[in-house]
Amino acid sequence: MKRLGLAAALAILATVPLWVGGTYYVNIASQILFYAIFALGVNVLAGYAGLVSLGHAGLFGIAAYAGARIMNDGHGQVVVAAGALGVTLLVSAIFAVLALRGTGLGFVMITVALGQIVWGVAYRWISITNGDNGIAIRGRPSPLGLSLTSPASFYWATLVVFLIAVGSIAVFVASPFGASVRGTRDQPRRMNALGYHVWMIRFLSFLFSGFWSGVAGLLYLYYNQFVSPQAVALTASAEALLMVIAGGTATLLGPIAGAALVVVVKNVASAYIERWNFVLGAIFVVIVVFMPEGLVPGTVRRWRRAVAVLRPRATAAG
Amino acid sequence: MNLWVVLAVNSITLGGLLFLLSAGFSLIFGLMKIPNLTHGSFFMLGAYLATSLIAHGFDFWTAAIVGGLLVAALGGIVERLILRRLVGAELAQVLVTLGLSFMIADVCLLVWTGDPIRIATPSALRGATSVMGLGFPTYRLAISLIAVVFAVVLWALLDRTRLGAMIRAGVDDPAMARVVGIRVSRLFTIVFCLGAWLAGFAGVIGGPILSVYPGLDQEMLPLALVVVILGGSGSLLGSLVGSFVVGFLYNFGQAMFPELAYVVLFLPMLVVLVVRPQGLFGRLAA
Repeated sequence: MKRLGLAAALAILATVPLWVGGTYYVNIASQILFYAIFALGVNVLAGYAGLVSLGHAGLFGIAAYAGARIMNDGHGQVVVAAGALGVTLLVSAIFAVLALRGTGLGFVMITVALGQIVWGVAYRWISITNGDNGIAIRGRPSPLGLSLTSPASFYWATLVVFLIAVGSIAVFVASPFGASVRGTRDQPRRMNALGYHVWMIRFLSFLFSGFWSGVAGLLYLYYNQFVSPQAVALTASAEALLMVIAGGTATLLGPIAGAALVVVVKNVASAYIERWNFVLGAIFVVIVVFMPEGLVPGTVRRWRRAVAVLRPRATAAG
Repeated sequence: MNLWVVLAVNSITLGGLLFLLSAGFSLIFGLMKIPNLTHGSFFMLGAYLATSLIAHGFDFWTAAIVGGLLVAALGGIVERLILRRLVGAELAQVLVTLGLSFMIADVCLLVWTGDPIRIATPSALRGATSVMGLGFPTYRLAISLIAVVFAVVLWALLDRTRLGAMIRAGVDDPAMARVVGIRVSRLFTIVFCLGAWLAGFAGVIGGPILSVYPGLDQEMLPLALVVVILGGSGSLLGSLVGSFVVGFLYNFGQAMFPELAYVVLFLPMLVVLVVRPQGLFGRLAA
């Protein structure tokens, strides 16, 4: 049954460009996929390791900026991808060393500050980042000689990366290491007493999370063929966190559903109203106040409670 | 006038504004354990409200005080209606303040449009005052003076009054404070409103120097964060020292390394984090 569901989901995902109708929708589907990768990366830290980062757009953006710079220096696509992800991992390591000086709210505050440094560099260090004007790249790469210029081909390429991301994170979660990550979230002192190196476990989770954020950032660059300080703003970090929280933290499907929700609402809302940031903030507040465990589990809980409230009355009447 | 003296005066002025902003932030963080991410929005909203009040014929100082009070009222509503529902879930509280900051920023954009608005300097404080043979802009001196006055008043409030003693008890050990009969939840509301008022007031008196524009909130918030990380949360002295350090770093950094001003600003924070994570004047959390 589970396998059947998985096969059906795969079949639906693989055929999206064939039935969704129109390049506009194919592009939205691509956006959902790479934002889902980003949200999955954020969820590794926020969900499984219990370390909420509000600076991950910095890592996402660094991958995009590094990729754009390397590509505009005339290097091939393998160098671009390897270089961008290498830079992202290096910066993730630096971020991790600094941010892991604190846990809980200290961690949140340090990641906000780190994210704002990246934003400040992107915005002000004009000789490197071209400031507010951003950096444009010439066209998308063509891995294995396949062109990614059409929306459908870009979707399929993103889907392949997305499936690798989901697979690797599923393996990560199920592995003994994943269990130890959850252990450091729930009982750091016991884990320490049991002989686990709590700091190192958190550090490695941060790198893993940073890596997938970087992959998403690179896909973002290929998709837009442009990157500007907007990509690294605090709003972007908050959006990623909203995807995770909206869908449900520490679940595999939650961030994917959250990414779909945010991307769709963002595109729909921005088509009808200008006030996307207001909607984003309002969704944030409503979800946190009323459904702190996420939309999917929250709806299930509220539904069950409603049923439980109705049932005894029905028996009393009968 | 010498460039360095100008920079120093500007640094002290910015430091004074930052002190007003971060003292409330630091108290809220110390007492309620929430980094209030709407604090930058309170600053911006205060300034925007004052522009409307001044346009309706109020004078500058009334507008500053009333603008601050309106922001404080909003802070009280946020604390009572939203944060109160999430007691104990500190992370949820942070996320709510972040969501609210987006909502406030967007409402401000809708109401006051995207154009920067400059608040006119109060007429009595225009021009320059000469001190020791050097001419200083009077208004900047006034801001520094206001910051010093507020530092003294806040210190007296915290150190010499019953309310201050209760707040300090709440910062040190909320559970024990409750046991001895202090209504800590009421302190939360008082401190949150006070912090919001200080932020709104700072926004108004900063208006003649900084102007008000969309994005001001996101520009001031990280500065307040740096001040508190530098100085240590819940410490008034830490806020004061941290504010002036940040004020100097920001102005001198911008003059000497314009492209890296932001990095220069955050470097000492990173050093402090590595060497002394609780902040210069902070105490280790229990």
